[in-house]
Amino acid sequence: MTETEILFHIIVNILIILSILIGSFLILSASIGIVRFPDIYTKLHAATKASTLGLAGVLIAAFMFLYIQHDIVSGKLLLAILFMFITNPVSAHMISRAAHKKGIKPVIKNRKDAYEQYKENIKTN
Amino acid sequence: MAFQIVINLIIAIMWMFLGESYTTPSFIAGYLFGILILYLLRRLIPGKFYFSRVISIIKLVLLFIKELVLSNIAMIKYIYSPKQIAEPGVFALPLDVKSDWEITLLTSLISLTPGTLSVALSDDNSKLFIHAMNIDDVNESIYDIKNSFEKAIMEVTR
Repeated sequence: MTETEILFHIIVNILIILSILIGSFLILSASIGIVRFPDIYTKLHAATKASTLGLAGVLIAAFMFLYIQHDIVSGKLLLAILFMFITNPVSAHMISRAAHKKGIKPVIKNRKDAYEQYKENIKTN
Repeated sequence: MAFQIVINLIIAIMWMFLGESYTTPSFIAGYLFGILILYLLRRLIPGKFYFSRVISIIKLVLLFIKELVLSNIAMIKYIYSPKQIAEPGVFALPLDVKSDWEITLLTSLISLTPGTLSVALSDDNSKLFIHAMNIDDVNESIYDIKNSFEKAIMEVTR
């Protein structure tokens, strides 16, 4: 290998390590958030946001590793990232909507829940 | 828009035939050349120049990635602060976008941006109910959503 190739390998390896570290840290944070937050809506905040970027980081690291070690361009990993970006917010929306329809109240101090008011208005009319 | 793409493809194929080289690079070169021709003749061809829409799609994706990174930083702040600094709440956002497709895109964007999570849509598609991590800066987040996301989405779809 020439010197530039070795340098390129080192830089890509550093990038792989960084994105795996950031990704797994974000997933860890998401799980801590799920334990710590008080109600289902705030738990969902942690579960959707942090885990989306965390998984994307791990998958990008896997993509770079396969490319640099085995010369494989793995389109499946990129597709997985794309589908996660599409499906994660939708599933979060459906879970929170189902929870609200079931009557689970969000933890709110001294303020009104706008959706609760809307549902009551519909019932009375 | 479909008409313009067809013209662009025809120009690309003609470029291949004129150059007598039936390879992918020459097709791409012809396609780029076709974009240039369409841009120069945009006054004579009906409809908006379609490549400006492609550029606004790219802008939307970049905005989305930027907001995703920012929201993760905010989330980590909430998760690791020893006391609960956030005060959650639900607020209503009046919508300007109308079609189902635009609303779906907007809810996905909202769910992955700092401190907001879409909960439900009103029956007449006029209001979106959003759960906010910190209800105190609601006005700020309404302003953000209205000005950056809805504008970017409308540029793509209209």
